[in-house]
Amino acid sequence: MYKIKKKQILNKDVELMIVEAPMVAKNAKPGNFLIVRVDDKGERIPLTIVETNGVDVTIIYQKLGYSTTLLSKKEVGDSLCDVVGPLGQPTHIRDDAKRILGIAGGVGAAPLFPQLKEYARLGKTVDLVIGGRTKEHLILVDKYKEFCENIYYATDDGSYGTKGFVTQVAESLYQKNKYDLSIAIGPLIMMKNCVLLNKKYKIKTDVSLNPIMIDGTGMCGNCRVTINGETKFACVDGPDFPAEGIDFEELMARQNYYKKEEKHICKLKLEK
Amino acid sequence: MKIDRVKMPVQEPNIRNCNFNEVALGLDLQLAKIEASRCLDCKNPRCVKECPVNIDIPAFIKSIKEENIEEAYFTIYKSNILPSICGRVCPQEKQCEGACILGIKSEPVSIGALERFVGDYAITNNLKIEECIIENNIKVAIVGSGPAGIACAVSLRRLGYTVDIYEALHEFGGVLQYGIPEFRLPKSIVSTEINKAKTMGVNFFKNIIIGKSITINQLLNEYNYKSIFLGNGAGLPKSLGLKGENLTGIYFANEFLTRVNLMKANQFPEAPTPVRIGQNVAIVGGGNVAMDAARTAKRLGAKNVFVLYRRDMNALPARLEEVHHAIEEEIDFRLLLNPVEFIGENYQVKQVKCEIMELGEKDASGRRRPMPTNKFKTFDIDSCVISIGQSPNPIIKKATPNLEVDNRGRVIVNDYQTSIPGVFAGGDVVTGAATVILAMGAGKDAAIQMDKYIQTNKD
Ligand SMILES: Cc1cc2nc3c(=O)[nH]c(=O)nc-3n(C[C@H](O)[C@H](O)[C@H](O)COP(=O)(O)OP(=O)(O)OC[C@H]3O[C@@H](n4cnc5c(N)ncnc54)[C@H](O)[C@@H]3O)c2cc1C
Ligand SMILES: Cc1cc2nc3c(=O)[nH]c(=O)nc-3n(C[C@H](O)[C@H](O)[C@H](O)COP(=O)(O)OP(=O)(O)OC[C@H]3O[C@@H](n4cnc5c(N)ncnc54)[C@H](O)[C@@H]3O)c2cc1C
Ligand code: SF4
Ligand code: SF4
Ligand code: FES
Repeated sequence: MYKIKKKQILNKDVELMIVEAPMVAKNAKPGNFLIVRVDDKGERIPLTIVETNGVDVTIIYQKLGYSTTLLSKKEVGDSLCDVVGPLGQPTHIRDDAKRILGIAGGVGAAPLFPQLKEYARLGKTVDLVIGGRTKEHLILVDKYKEFCENIYYATDDGSYGTKGFVTQVAESLYQKNKYDLSIAIGPLIMMKNCVLLNKKYKIKTDVSLNPIMIDGTGMCGNCRVTINGETKFACVDGPDFPAEGIDFEELMARQNYYKKEEKHICKLKLEK
Repeated sequence: MKIDRVKMPVQEPNIRNCNFNEVALGLDLQLAKIEASRCLDCKNPRCVKECPVNIDIPAFIKSIKEENIEEAYFTIYKSNILPSICGRVCPQEKQCEGACILGIKSEPVSIGALERFVGDYAITNNLKIEECIIENNIKVAIVGSGPAGIACAVSLRRLGYTVDIYEALHEFGGVLQYGIPEFRLPKSIVSTEINKAKTMGVNFFKNIIIGKSITINQLLNEYNYKSIFLGNGAGLPKSLGLKGENLTGIYFANEFLTRVNLMKANQFPEAPTPVRIGQNVAIVGGGNVAMDAARTAKRLGAKNVFVLYRRDMNALPARLEEVHHAIEEEIDFRLLLNPVEFIGENYQVKQVKCEIMELGEKDASGRRRPMPTNKFKTFDIDSCVISIGQSPNPIIKKATPNLEVDNRGRVIVNDYQTSIPGVFAGGDVVTGAATVILAMGAGKDAAIQMDKYIQTNKD
């Protein structure tokens, strides 16, 4: 069993957990993810490994639908039914990049964290643009402050930093600073717009994709994405990819395939 | 007096195609005895030679005749620890029953049905075999809990080894668990049969992906396993490589069947994993996987389920019984058709375009080769399940560069030993997608080689 050792509410939608999972932690590297099944009937949901200490893993999840809400009902001392990993390829480090701009949207700040931290550890200069719906939705800011040179903020309602999208902030930075690489992680639509913007400024973009997954080992093919006309399995080939050739429209359609069922189960089982 | 081959009672087709309960209901003692009485107890039984694990078939059938089912069970158990499973899923017509002497003039003995009867009797009556295991305290690791891994584990355990099985998924059994549907192989049977290995003292660890959670090197050097068996199967789905294959509504059989069998999506929203199939479903392929996908789609409520296969009916590689059952369940076989393109709208599949094929000369498989005609047909569909085969998953290979594989990703072995000394392999990971009983046979035989290896390399 995988015991919950710590739980922290980051905001009303996002929570952090530290879970004992030595077999996941053992070989985990930045960029890897894991799959959780909350109880023995549960769905398999993928979450990024935000940090490890060799025994425990830190996960940060947004209460989006049924399974993440179920997860959030677990408390310190409870156990999760299944935790498996580390999955996916570790972050591909681009050695030639000297100055990097991280762009985080919402809970995307969680998967971005281990990657940016790794670049900082390797002596690169990293800046961050972090965006969310309101001030409350900007997560992990204190932890980012430990290694980011500059942090810029954007909120939808203007309650903190620039009122508007992360892309607006990034564009203003591109006019002042020279970046070799941008790593953008957030909702698909945000990542798509980041690539469009970065192309304009001739900056390379890496993204982390979050298609629907089941096994996470390359067995089912649910997680496939089309990149430059080729099919990739995000769980084993990714989840990080250079963003330029990704068919985001197709990926959005694939991600939304079960929207109706997801709404239905939430209504049925959570609103009681 | 000539007795006809006993017919296995089944659920009515128009009832069973709406539920997931087992289709074939099994023989009762009376029917089993009648069927057993057909066996000639041959001196030189042809059937035994064609069973990949060489069960003493005439002996166990004789015990059924004598109403000594326990004895029958012990006879089978010596060669096969999963009789309830093999009795259900072996392609008997190509193996034991295909060779039965009675088959020459009339119909072969229903060996599979009898084996299942005995296996199920043992489960219902909780028959246990006390085996005396003398511990040798030598650790061996098994990768994968499919039939190959389980058979290997049990054989090694009997020799006294400390056996640890590592499984990537959250349930044990491999394809028996996530691939073959409930209506053909109830999962309660799979768990009960696997529990026998647990009772013998085999240790099972779930949620551990060898090559990720622990590497082969770590198993050998940190965990001090003296030998490792790779029974990780052929889990990588083959793609058609066609335009439009990533549209929504197009599944690989692995995803579709895993959603239903492992994640119980047929019970959504009781189980939280959904599956959506629509009214018109195309299944591409003609093997067991395709039959399972087609019949599962029907049970999920699809109106029209049709199998697109590029050869003719005689060439279908699926078990005969499954093809018959599929026909009874109104699965439509559209033959000599080869998909060439998926056509969608807003990223949702709407149509599949197929080339009409005709049969040419015989190919290497002995079947007539399907030839393109440059004529096409298009069908409206809501979804499509691609079931054209699997190859081994490359995770272990990628993490273990010195493990040699062939150009199709299959692990290369010599007497079950891989290119890494002490690391053995068997089952689908070596042969490519094959059968349950072949995988079990390989696991068993590999265990003998592993024992030899360990005994000769003792310090
Ligand atoms: C590699 C990877 C890393 C991720 N890391 C994080 C993370 O660190 N923090 C975080 O909050 N979220 C992360 N996600 C997304 C997270 O898995 C989904 O938010 C979660 O599965 C939603 O489940 P739900 O039942 O609560 O919501 P639902 O209502 O079921 O779904 C909400 C949305 O989540 C997506 N989703 C649903 N089921 C799955 C599934 N089985 N696999 C993947 N996506 C699904 C769908 O797009 C859906 O529209 C990651 C996803 C991937 C693939
Ligand atoms: C839908 C379907 C229907 C079938 N029907 C029949 C039938 O009717 N009759 C018949 O005889 N055969 C049938 N087969 C084929 C048969 O199931 C396989 O040949 C057989 O299961 C192979 O056994 P195996 O032990 O080699 O591999 P598998 O059964 O595939 O087991 C391999 C196991 O290893 C695990 N694994 C993989 N990688 C790792 C890793 N890195 N670390 C840890 N664990 C890992 C997997 O999760 C899996 O549990 C069918 C197959 C399918 C897919
Ligand atoms: S294990 Fe399979 S091949 Fe062997 S006797 Fe049983 S059904 Fe026949
Ligand atoms: S070949 Fe047929 S008749 Fe002969 S022993 Fe085997 S099952 Fe019985
Ligand atoms: S999640 Fe199943 S193949 Fe990627």
